[in-house]
Amino acid sequence: MGKISAFGAASSQAGRVDAVFLMILVIGIFFFLLTQGMLIYFAVKYRRRRPDRDNETLQITGNHLLEFFWILIPSIVVVIIFYYGWRVYTDQRIPVAGATEVYVNARQWMYEIKYPDGRTAINEIRVPAGKPVKFILSASDVLHGFYLPDFRVKMDMIPGRVTTLWVQPDRPGSYQIFCTVYCGTGHSNMMARLIVMPPREYAEWAAHREEEGGEGKEHEPLAVRGERVVKNAGCLNCHAIGGAVKVGPDWKGLFGSNVPLEGGKTVIADEDYLRESIVDPGAKVVKGFPNVMPTYKTTLSKEDIDAVVAYLKTLR
Amino acid sequence: MAEESGSGRGYLAERGWRSWAFTMDHKRIGVMYLYTTIAFFFIGGIFALLLRLELLSPQAKYFSDHTYNVFFTLHGAMMIFLFIIPAIPSGLGNFFIPLHIGAKDVAFPRINLASYWVFVAGFLVVIASLVSPMDTGWTFYTPYSAKTGAAVATLSFGIFLIGMSSILTGLNFIVTIHKLRAPGMTWYRLPLFIWGMYSTSIIQVVATPVVGVTFLLLAMERLLGVAFFDPAKGGDPVLFQHFFWFYSHPVVYVMILPAMGIISEVIPVFSRKPIFGYKAIAYSSLAIAFIGFLVWGHHMFTSGMSPLANAIFSFLTFFVAVPTAVKVFNWIATLYKGSITFESPMLYALTFIFLFAVGGLTGPFLGALATNVQLHDTYFVVAHFHYTMMGGTVMGFFAGLHYWFPKMTGKMLNEKIARIAWALVFIGFNVTFFTMFIVGVKGMPRRYAEYLPKFHVENVISTIGSAILAVGIAVMFLNFLQGLRKGPPAPGNPWRALSLEWQTPSPPDTENFHENPVVTDWPYGYGKPKGPTA
Ligand code: HEM
Ligand SMILES: [Cu+2]
Repeated sequence: MGKISAFGAASSQAGRVDAVFLMILVIGIFFFLLTQGMLIYFAVKYRRRRPDRDNETLQITGNHLLEFFWILIPSIVVVIIFYYGWRVYTDQRIPVAGATEVYVNARQWMYEIKYPDGRTAINEIRVPAGKPVKFILSASDVLHGFYLPDFRVKMDMIPGRVTTLWVQPDRPGSYQIFCTVYCGTGHSNMMARLIVMPPREYAEWAAHREEEGGEGKEHEPLAVRGERVVKNAGCLNCHAIGGAVKVGPDWKGLFGSNVPLEGGKTVIADEDYLRESIVDPGAKVVKGFPNVMPTYKTTLSKEDIDAVVAYLKTLR
Repeated sequence: MAEESGSGRGYLAERGWRSWAFTMDHKRIGVMYLYTTIAFFFIGGIFALLLRLELLSPQAKYFSDHTYNVFFTLHGAMMIFLFIIPAIPSGLGNFFIPLHIGAKDVAFPRINLASYWVFVAGFLVVIASLVSPMDTGWTFYTPYSAKTGAAVATLSFGIFLIGMSSILTGLNFIVTIHKLRAPGMTWYRLPLFIWGMYSTSIIQVVATPVVGVTFLLLAMERLLGVAFFDPAKGGDPVLFQHFFWFYSHPVVYVMILPAMGIISEVIPVFSRKPIFGYKAIAYSSLAIAFIGFLVWGHHMFTSGMSPLANAIFSFLTFFVAVPTAVKVFNWIATLYKGSITFESPMLYALTFIFLFAVGGLTGPFLGALATNVQLHDTYFVVAHFHYTMMGGTVMGFFAGLHYWFPKMTGKMLNEKIARIAWALVFIGFNVTFFTMFIVGVKGMPRRYAEYLPKFHVENVISTIGSAILAVGIAVMFLNFLQGLRKGPPAPGNPWRALSLEWQTPSPPDTENFHENPVVTDWPYGYGKPKGPTA
């Protein structure tokens, strides 16, 4: 599907979703006019004009050819709609290289933003225009949603899991973020803004964060904190960072790779997998390694786990 | 078979509350279900109007956000579990299945009575849970439902009971349809209402246990702290959604199939034509029931399932659309070269087709992945399901009420008032719900007590529509009341229909048929010169 710019579409992805929307709309209006036009036409044309004529209607009980066609045609149409809906969706789920990453954690009733370099914010996300952004989404209490209407995308935020969402903002501006999964009393006030800045302004903003934020020491980059956590928590007793096989798998190049599991399956080592391996190591046991790792669910805070995940991702 | 004129009060002759509370007459049980479920339709409707009232202004004005959340939960839960699931099957189904197939009663009259009282027990428990009203939405998603202060466990138990009742009813109907058909009533002579009810009963029997277990697990999680769904204790919140939708998706077909059955009865009678494509309509009911079990995942495209799983669910979803489309084409084809009149049952039947077409044609937006991800959990979804559930099922229910009113009560309705009510309902409905598509595409999420000012105009229009709709429904029911009290006596067969229930007096006697009917033809042989005349 090509793309269309309508209704404040703020990215090329949004334009492609709009194109699918428009296609379904045209098909829908066509079939609506066809069927309801016939309904109204028949109702008017064949209304009973003379009360005595009602027993001379046609004895048609069916027509196999006609019925065959009206099974066949809708089947073809729905396959076409399915196909484009699926293509555009899959394209927008495929990871883009070189994305700016933003960690977003939802809790009743706000969004907590963390940048990889350690800055934090509430309900306001700043990203540069023209570059893909990857949102790494989590929730601490109940289900929440992350909905960017101008980008035509949303993703649920699920406690105990990490989900991700990609967009590429084309135009600078300020865009609405809504919570779409009902989360209790304050649900309808749970909003945030995505502020897309021209790249130069963004760079300036990112460089001046100290003055702006006030306390410089808060800004320990996530990965640095993760490295510290890893050392303190004893992870390195069993894991190497390049070159050695210890009790557990080597971390180097782990993120994004295909991990073979006991039992023959494989899994892509994404954020969700890393997080799961930390809190529930027995869930997916890597082929060739004993299932001996303890869970860090209670030992590490959610923030620490985020930091460790950010650190592991740096070990390419 | 000769038409018998209305004489006496038939099955209504006995009076006094005991004659109702302990009755094993399927007709009386059906009537009790109708009264009960219609009462819940009104209560649920009042909640709907309160929701619309609050949404007149972007800020919370009349109620707190929490109160709004309670209202939409009660509105949704009552409409679904206490009204739309039981109303047609247990109400009209109970009354008309035996009459349609030429039986004296359902297969297990005692179980039938028991299921009514289990249903009543269920709703009493639901009412008891109102001491601390639910604010979870009718979907009860965990972990919120495991944490909120409301009486979730009590309510779960109530719904559990209601589910039991619906399983018993479903079993009863399946056995009745298999075993009690009159001589000559072959499967292909069954009225299509029976095919719809049969498919529905299968879904109820197969799917309802799943929701029972789900609510049991949820209650255990709340009461005993067993973690099934709470991630903090190692559970999985998305698992709840799989369980919930594995039941609740098929159940939307429990809601719609019986209504489609009613439409398939009404259209031929008022067009004086045989139904077009009988077998296609009959089998498409079964096909919908079957495919309906495979598509629950389309409620969960944004819950982090793998893109492959999403694609499979999306693909299967589109294949429910095909048998549904087939039915619509068949109904329209039935009109072709008919001799059509527009009494109120027919008006509602045509309205069903019209509104259901809007609901159906907006389905592909939600079935296609790219647009689903955009529209999921917005007002587009609210509009879509009201067009299918209210524009579809409820209009089918209204068609059935108007169509069978003379048979059930022995009285005729005032046709003029019925048409005025219809016009108000039709206009009000579209004004209320069409605007929701627009505001949904603009991005307004559902379940919002407060909203951004840019959504204001649509919400005001929608609220005005809901007032018109409410007036229409009120007029309709006042007309029913008036008909009950003062309506002229109904002849046995006022619409000159061919199905068996019309070959009895209005209202029918307790035994249904004076002599056991023998069936020699299908019920759609309209237009033959030898057919009944005016
Ligand atoms: C007078 C007619 C009706 C009006 C004006 C109306 C209006 C509404 C409104 C405003 C909402 C809330 C949307 C939100 O805040 O997200 C809603 C939700 C809902 N309605 Fe209706 N409605 C009506 C009839 C019905 C009927 C007949 C049914 C089903 C038989 C129904 C089923 C539902 C359900 C299941 C929900 C979702 C509740 C939830 O999100 O938990 N409604 N309706
Ligand atoms: Cu939220």
